[in-house]
Amino acid sequence: MEFNGQLLKKLVDTYSPSGMEERIKDVIAEEIKDYVDEMKVDTLGNLIARKKGNGKKIMIAGHMDQIGLMITDIDEKGFLRFTNVGGISPFISLNQRVIFENGTIGVIHCEHLEDIGKMKLDKMFIDIGVSSKEEAEKQVMIGDVCVYHNSYYENENRVMTGALDDRIGCYVMIEALKQLSRTENDIYMVFTVQEEVGLRGAKTSAFGINPDIGISLDVTATGDTPKARPMAVSLDKGAAIKVKDNSLITHPKIRKIMIETAKENNIDYQFEVLEYGGTDSGAIHITREGVPSGVISIPTRYIHTSSELASKKDINSCISLLTKMLEKNIEL
Amino acid sequence: MLLKKLTEANGVSGNEKEVRDLIIEEIKDYVDDIKVDRIGNIIAYKKGSIETPKIMIAAHMDEVGLIVTKIDKSGLISFKPVGGLDKRILVSKVVKIGKDRISGVIGAKPIHLQKSNERSKALDYNNLYIDIGAKSNEQAEKIVQVGDYIAFDSEYIEFGDNFVKAKALDDRVGCNILIDLLKSDTKASIYAAFTVMEEIGLVGAAPASYQIDPDIGIVLEGTTCADATDVESHLQSTNVGKGPAISLMDRTTIFDRKFRDMIVETAKENNIPYQFRRSSAGGNDSGRIHTAKEGAVTTTLSVPCRYIHSPINVMSKDDYENTGRLLKQVIKKIEEGGLK
Repeated sequence: MEFNGQLLKKLVDTYSPSGMEERIKDVIAEEIKDYVDEMKVDTLGNLIARKKGNGKKIMIAGHMDQIGLMITDIDEKGFLRFTNVGGISPFISLNQRVIFENGTIGVIHCEHLEDIGKMKLDKMFIDIGVSSKEEAEKQVMIGDVCVYHNSYYENENRVMTGALDDRIGCYVMIEALKQLSRTENDIYMVFTVQEEVGLRGAKTSAFGINPDIGISLDVTATGDTPKARPMAVSLDKGAAIKVKDNSLITHPKIRKIMIETAKENNIDYQFEVLEYGGTDSGAIHITREGVPSGVISIPTRYIHTSSELASKKDINSCISLLTKMLEKNIEL
Repeated sequence: MLLKKLTEANGVSGNEKEVRDLIIEEIKDYVDDIKVDRIGNIIAYKKGSIETPKIMIAAHMDEVGLIVTKIDKSGLISFKPVGGLDKRILVSKVVKIGKDRISGVIGAKPIHLQKSNERSKALDYNNLYIDIGAKSNEQAEKIVQVGDYIAFDSEYIEFGDNFVKAKALDDRVGCNILIDLLKSDTKASIYAAFTVMEEIGLVGAAPASYQIDPDIGIVLEGTTCADATDVESHLQSTNVGKGPAISLMDRTTIFDRKFRDMIVETAKENNIPYQFRRSSAGGNDSGRIHTAKEGAVTTTLSVPCRYIHSPINVMSKDDYENTGRLLKQVIKKIEEGGLK
């Protein structure tokens, strides 16, 4: 399978903090329009693409949004104060470059602290290279949101970039759509909004679709770096089939179908038990009367930094697993 | 003065009946349909004359307070908080317990008997009790039961330059603005939800928005105001006197950008002062409303309230009036086809 680095770069470089997913929605819609039968955007901004079939109604979800920083104050000298949109760590943010929707660039720094361990977001500020409030307000307003500035890098078997969480899930869905041959299933590819702030887009889109089965695609952490927090997920060991996280226990039948599909098609896979966090399936599986759900996770190091790192081999395994599952006649 | 009646009524989360009855009495002649749903929300419908996206306006009836957990042999009463309270503000406050509004005061052991580590931190619920002037538990149990709700005793007072001091401005001020709106004429049809149990987790708003299934949600609130002299300006979420606070984001919602822009534009066109709520802390009914069923576009308009979640909230009547004005103009804008 050829790795489509050009597409992934385009996806991760598109500005898309939670609540402002307009641009990435347009990029994805353009990319998939020839592979689906219909598309719509719902009230919260979820992009819902359908490939029609007479079989089971399957909702596939990958979130379009990324974590960001929202401006709450601009001082006389033009320094910006901010709050977090999603899981932003002060330590990861220090000296990080950020970019706004209009292309304004800034750097995050911190007040002088005797004890750096006490660094908190409300002690930090963004410098956008201006010297007064008036100058700053020409470029940035209170309520504007910026994201970590990105620099995409790939080598033979690795990609290293910001926003892999969860553009890589979107990428897997897009590539699976392109590869998908005939299928009986009624497939809803949902590119969701506001996952990072509480699985909000998945909740409303799942209500609208009322699927028989829900599968999300998202990154998961690994335990394969020096003295890492123990976790039995490693790069290059294949698509991670989620067993549980804080939002979901994967439905046993969905897990079984995933394992069978991987075995039948010689797709590398591993199991994932994540002791923290959650993803869209957490919201999908308790929609209406309940939806058997699971997650295909892309093993990723350094999640929520501007250099998230994943294996191309694993990414391709995830695409194969999703494609083959969707081609199957799924019986629950 | 309606706000006096509303704030002096007691409605600790889960026990909103007194407030609910008062609101129903106020609005029943002005709406086309009114019901109390299974969880206790008031859902009122006022039919308009033109078609617009479905508008739901929500204000919560409940307030933070306390609940009786134990009656000691001595007749003193133990309690726990209902909703988010700063326990440092409790000692020496006057309270009313239960339906019969039994008077009590919150006491603690005197300072000379407190250990040095007790003096340097807030007294915990285990070290506080309510004295209702009973000599024994037998005597106390005749008028107070475990599970009785406890509300602060605090009179509505107008003072200074058009300021108000009262308890429960969060969110009787929102209820009052919504009542005023229902009494006025709008072309758009309005679903008004006076919700229960917001303070303990946005409980009433979920079934309310599920029933109404709105396209647009407007939440009216009293919100935190941290404009004290020793708070750095970037940590001041809102300021008293600077107009209604328009929310950017909080723990439960990222407020729709287009709606926000429309509200700002409306405020400017009508010379209504406004400010942004410059904090992402806290949450309100919007969290439930915008994710109900297939979703809704929402905003929150708030009156800044100092010393919120205490017996002595302080607000400016100017902010209250301007919030009502802004709400009416925003609805007019929706009637004219804004947000379609």
